[in-house]
Amino acid sequence: MTDLAHIRNFSIVAHIDHGKSTLADRLIQETGTVQDRDMKEQLLDAMDIERERGITIKANTVRIDYTADNGEAYVLNLIDTPGHVDFAYEVSRSMRAVEGSLLVVDSTQGVEAQTLANVYQAIDADHEIVPVLNKIDLPASDCDRVAEQIEDVIGIDASGAIRVSAKTGQGIHETLEAIVEHLPAPQGDRDAPLKAMLVDSWYDSYLGVIVLVRIMDGVLKKGDRIKMLSNGSVHHVDRIGVFRPAMQVIDELGPGEIGFLTASIKQVRDTRVGDTITHEKKGTTQALPGFKPAQPVVFCGLFPVDSAEFEDLRDAIEKLALNDASFSYEMETSAALGFGFRCGFLGLLHLEVIRDRIEREYDIDLITTAPSVIYHIYMRDGSMIELHNPADMPDLTHVDHLEEPRIKATILVPDEYLGDVLKLCQDRRGIQMDLTYAGSRAMVVYDLPLNEVVFDFYDRLKSVTKGYASFDYQMTGYRQDNLVKMQILVNDEPVDALSTMVHRDRAETRGRAMVEKLKDLIPRHMFKIPIQAAIGGKVIARETLSALRKDVTAKCYGGDATRKRKLLEKQKAGKKKMRQFGKVDIPQEAFISALKMDG
Amino acid sequence: MAVLAEDWRDGGFGLYVHWPFCQAKCPYCDFNSHVSREIDQNTWVRAYILEIERAANQTPGRVLNSVFFGGGTPSLMHPDTVAAVIDAAKKHWQFANDIEITLEANPGSVEAGKFTGFRDAGVNRVSMGIQALNDVDLRRLGRIHSVSEALDAFAIARNCFDRVSFDLIYARQNQTPGEWRAELKQALSYAIDHLSLYQLTIEDGTAFGDRYRAGGLRGLPVEDDAAQMYLDTQEICAAHGLPAYEVSNHAMPGAESRHNLIYWRYGDYVGIGPGAHGRVTLGGKRFATESPKAPNNWIAAAETGATRTTPLTITEQAQEYLMMGMRLSEGLDIGRFCRLAGYALPPQKVDYLLDLGMVDTTGTRLFATEQGRPVLNAIIRELLAD
Repeated sequence: MTDLAHIRNFSIVAHIDHGKSTLADRLIQETGTVQDRDMKEQLLDAMDIERERGITIKANTVRIDYTADNGEAYVLNLIDTPGHVDFAYEVSRSMRAVEGSLLVVDSTQGVEAQTLANVYQAIDADHEIVPVLNKIDLPASDCDRVAEQIEDVIGIDASGAIRVSAKTGQGIHETLEAIVEHLPAPQGDRDAPLKAMLVDSWYDSYLGVIVLVRIMDGVLKKGDRIKMLSNGSVHHVDRIGVFRPAMQVIDELGPGEIGFLTASIKQVRDTRVGDTITHEKKGTTQALPGFKPAQPVVFCGLFPVDSAEFEDLRDAIEKLALNDASFSYEMETSAALGFGFRCGFLGLLHLEVIRDRIEREYDIDLITTAPSVIYHIYMRDGSMIELHNPADMPDLTHVDHLEEPRIKATILVPDEYLGDVLKLCQDRRGIQMDLTYAGSRAMVVYDLPLNEVVFDFYDRLKSVTKGYASFDYQMTGYRQDNLVKMQILVNDEPVDALSTMVHRDRAETRGRAMVEKLKDLIPRHMFKIPIQAAIGGKVIARETLSALRKDVTAKCYGGDATRKRKLLEKQKAGKKKMRQFGKVDIPQEAFISALKMDG
Repeated sequence: MAVLAEDWRDGGFGLYVHWPFCQAKCPYCDFNSHVSREIDQNTWVRAYILEIERAANQTPGRVLNSVFFGGGTPSLMHPDTVAAVIDAAKKHWQFANDIEITLEANPGSVEAGKFTGFRDAGVNRVSMGIQALNDVDLRRLGRIHSVSEALDAFAIARNCFDRVSFDLIYARQNQTPGEWRAELKQALSYAIDHLSLYQLTIEDGTAFGDRYRAGGLRGLPVEDDAAQMYLDTQEICAAHGLPAYEVSNHAMPGAESRHNLIYWRYGDYVGIGPGAHGRVTLGGKRFATESPKAPNNWIAAAETGATRTTPLTITEQAQEYLMMGMRLSEGLDIGRFCRLAGYALPPQKVDYLLDLGMVDTTGTRLFATEQGRPVLNAIIRELLAD
């Protein structure tokens, strides 16, 4: 156990690509925590998807031993937090587990909206914040401008900002010194009843659930019987340790320390982020503030392309759910798609991550239906129904009115793209709440319906601003609006999986865009296919996919038989990847692509 | 099993001989062809004969319906080489009375000088790669002959052989349906009894394929124009007495290429030469055969046996019969398909295609209609899909 005065706990706040992971790697390397030969790029991002997208989904932690210039040995605990808005709650818990933050800003880019959201979380958590200007090796680096921006936009003193190149290693030593000098040591009472925060948890196939904890008070030892305050469940601690970043078993964790425990816990569901852990006997009864169970906000259907893979999909979803308490699912049947699951997610990134993992780790091709938010349907009899799936929309004669979830969106954008951003927000039924400038960048705050954002808002935003805008949001509540269910009919048959809720005033535009998209996405058949959008019984948009006119192999002789047969087999396999609606084959990607709006 | 074992008899038995060399490689061609200056034809004769002996030993007592020299450019072969191959085949198999022996020829002046030699060797049909009747397009297609050279060579061929076919490629860059109709009518004025008319196909692994992927090769007809050209071709040829008997082949009734019919009727064929494929039924089982593609490798392998055989499953054979048979105007023998596959063509798929007017049936045969043939791949996929 380390005494409190020689512990420093910190997180790194940064926008994607501003070099958070590289900086973390560098701190680990500089202190000799990891041998050079074991060094991999972005050590802390373990999952493939995280690595590929340069994002962190689960909180990661590493314990670093550092002997400072004052000659004293310190233990530095870094918690690497998820950077995406979908995981804002997880970020807030990680922030509460540490006393300070490094605010890493790319000195060639400046502050981004996401940085802002996370830095406010850090300020909320009373962090001491050390600004770090990264990428000073690049010619476009402008530290003075960015420091000024940090002061303007965030309102913290950036005069002492450390200038760093995580790439070359310049400024890394100064950063380590600043952590020791400027960040406060944790506080805690060794003799008080155990009080530990559950920072994160994940499933390991050998050890069961691994729980990342921050000890606030008391001491946690191997063999202890611990209790989760949220549900009273009791577990026997069989292992305690720290990450360096590989797991290292130790005897105990004391106040201020960050480490892990395992207790033969089978399901991540039983370990809720933000929960308070104490001893079964003589434990605390006082929970840490801020705990809340995860609430999915975006829903979609996941169906196997090959209906024979339903059981495999069930297996995959159950396994993933064990490791992700924020992901919900229930079985769903669709006339067109057969058996599948209606799943709830924290946001779109979360949805994509889960979908990618099912496809990649379990090798199941999926059809993803239109993502939907939760609508509140107020019935004439005064009752209220939560609608997760447009297909379940009740008979309109019984419906009094509908309410939809709204968000407060904060967007930071260089002023040359401001017009495009405002247009995008207006097009998505946004209401402008604020517009301010910080240097040459505008900060735009909009009240937007979540369903307009949930799909491709972020992609569009990046596209119209050439990637220079950044975006963050929080849910604000529900509001009544004129919403209708729009159906898509392909060859006169309704395709449930393409049904969406839309605002009445936007229905024609959306309907037209969707049928035009579908016309490009559905391959030509031997007959012409009408594609229609309809509200109730009324067709509001229509396109006709003309019949296939020519698809014949000009030359096919004896030498071609094997190759052409294999080609046909391949095409046949491709046909299997499509879903049949009546006589029409619809490719799986159509279900998502049809919803993307270009304008 | 006895019935299955003899399935090939419904298609006949042929010998395909691949000559892999060309004077120049054409940018659209994805056949196994090579440009080489020094070719020792005696080495080739020896290798061909070894392979024929080996194949004949496995298929004793069979009657040979056809021999086909393809390439490459087989008209670059020495007439003595051709004669030696034909003699070897004749020594080992019994020739059908009406055996067809075809040689593919380039329509150049050099080749024309060898036609009598080929005839004396036993060739009784030539197929000439004329490809286009205008010089600009010939150059674009990478052909080294001109239209007038081609027509001169064709005239010489007509004097040497009763049966002369030629190939044209259409749906070329910047070609309009009107231009193609005019060109086709001109071609028909020369044609004797057979024409092969291919829509230009951009194949991977060819110079055209590379250019196309790099955004070059502009002006290829859009799908509607290509479809129109195809329909026009069927109509014009039929009106001239050369109806289509296969997707791209037109003949006076009785003048169809017997060799190619073996492929489409799913008979047996021995394939020898680099990269040559075959289908041979041995001991009641049908095998696919393939030879090494590189000329030198093939020559070396021929000493001990260059042909690799792979057994074909019942499903694969049924797929091949379906895919090949549906190319013919006469279509598929429904009963034969059922005997070969062990199951009938799926009735709901057949009905579906009948309803759409894509196929028709005589009760015993199923064939693509005029409307169906331009989208034959879609029809075959439908019939194949489970």
